[in-house]
Amino acid sequence: MTDLGQEYSEMTGDTGGAVDIGDIMQKMAEHKGCGTSSDGGKASCGSSGGPEDMPPEIWEKVKNHPCYSEEAHHHYARMHVAVAPACNIQCNYCNRKYDCANESRPGVVSERLTPEQASKKVLAVASTIPQMTVLGIAGPGDPLANPQKTFETFRLISEVAPDIKLCLSTNGLALPDWVDEIAKYKVDHVTITINMVDPEVGQHIYPWIFWENKRLTGYEAAKILTERQMLGLEMLTERGILAKINSVMIPGINDKHLVEVNKAVKSRGAFLHNIMPLISAPEHGTVFGLNGQRGPSAQELKALQDECEGDMNMMRHCRQCRADAVGLLGEDRSAEFTTDKIMEMEVEYDSEGRKAYQQAVEAERQAKVAAKADELDGLEKAGDIKLLIAVATKGHGIINEHFGHAKEFQIYELSGTGAKFVGHRRVDLYCQGGYGEEDALDTVITAINDCHAVFVAKIGGCPKADLQAAGIEPVDQYAHEYIEASALVWFKDYLAKVESGEIEHIERGDAAIRQGALLSAG
Amino acid sequence: MSYKIVASQCTNCTACEALCPNTAISEAKGTFVIDPALCTECIGHFDTPQCVAICPVDDTCVIDPSVPRYQPA
Repeated sequence: MTDLGQEYSEMTGDTGGAVDIGDIMQKMAEHKGCGTSSDGGKASCGSSGGPEDMPPEIWEKVKNHPCYSEEAHHHYARMHVAVAPACNIQCNYCNRKYDCANESRPGVVSERLTPEQASKKVLAVASTIPQMTVLGIAGPGDPLANPQKTFETFRLISEVAPDIKLCLSTNGLALPDWVDEIAKYKVDHVTITINMVDPEVGQHIYPWIFWENKRLTGYEAAKILTERQMLGLEMLTERGILAKINSVMIPGINDKHLVEVNKAVKSRGAFLHNIMPLISAPEHGTVFGLNGQRGPSAQELKALQDECEGDMNMMRHCRQCRADAVGLLGEDRSAEFTTDKIMEMEVEYDSEGRKAYQQAVEAERQAKVAAKADELDGLEKAGDIKLLIAVATKGHGIINEHFGHAKEFQIYELSGTGAKFVGHRRVDLYCQGGYGEEDALDTVITAINDCHAVFVAKIGGCPKADLQAAGIEPVDQYAHEYIEASALVWFKDYLAKVESGEIEHIERGDAAIRQGALLSAG
Repeated sequence: MSYKIVASQCTNCTACEALCPNTAISEAKGTFVIDPALCTECIGHFDTPQCVAICPVDDTCVIDPSVPRYQPA
């Protein structure tokens, strides 16, 4: 029995949906204890953690949520339904007018759905993709600026597919008004986008908010927004609802300030902090795109994430997906499930089949954890050496993608403490500019320029030579093996070569974070 | 006068529809329209026209000069 309601009441010990705040804060505090050492030798925790790293009731909530658990995102899929188009604030990185079917970033959507259509779509997707465990409402506007549509969708889905976890993503302005409704529908994951806790900073990010039937601007608007966000977060924590905080890193505006944001949300019980790079290009038509505001480089982003990690669990696997995305993070199967196609589908909800599939995934995950544990011996030689590798993978924690087919690379940091997932780099082609095959390779090299090696299932002779010329070692001997275990075998070999003097360890440079629209979503 | 929605600018976000105190806004032919017979420019309801205040695209909800100015009773 995987009924969410039952799980929830078992977990909380009552049926009223409320938990003891002292209890949950205590558990969260204990949980964070594993992420607070500053020597870099702390246990893997939070978004990359496993069952041994957190209290069982929190693990139960995150273990098959791809956005809340880095572990889970290799195995479980999510979908967003675009039932909530209206928004109650304006952000300088958002332009609702822009509508490109191939665009992949938050706030963009191809079609909006009624709650009934959304419910049918969820059933159709869940029947086709058994690893789909999470349904989110993430706009394209703000779910809580469309409360009737949002909660009607949750109600319909919880009736027909009670094992699917529900979550939503909000700017927080209306959150305090709806926290009890959120608890009522057993939504146990809420994401709040918080880019500032100081209105002085906020007024450069938010041109206006709609508040009490008026459009407010500047400092006053940002002040109300931050007050409502903090209140909403506190109310979620009181009710035992896990909160993830999304922050957009905007160099020169809030990059340094996000350390303060991190402290503020941590102290109010947020579970996870996801610092994302600003996506900004003139063709998006956003204020930041048009005024030339740049996004951060890969190194700047990682440095900020590392700085905040001492205080809190950081999410590194965010793909900044569309508000109607379907599938594993990093893939988008929404084109298979357009409204026309769904309405023609005969859907039968196979909860037993889904359960069997998810049990198989659990077994696979445990095998992966065991494979990794064997490889931790002998890493003490690393000393201060830390390096990044890029991995071509289609998921499941395995090196199983051809170099030339990869639309993104996962980035792992290898050090004396093991292999740690630290992010991903998109290398898909751009909508504009007409890049050819040769330019595509340059795009890849630019995106993973800070890596010492790239692990692939297969690679052709030409790109191999070009990568070597760029100082990135192509590694194909671990095809179809586990990423972390393989990376550590390679790393130990690398360390042995450094020790014997065969090679010299050299730091690599910075890398660029991909901007602009997708050439193809397929 | 009443307000009107510049169809080529409208993103169909629906935000104005729910806020209109006169339920003058509805969806038609893939965009949203304001019924000039119902629009009161929000006079007597709010200090600012709600559709103008919430619309994410500037200069999309605008005064329609072809309709006589609304006169509060």
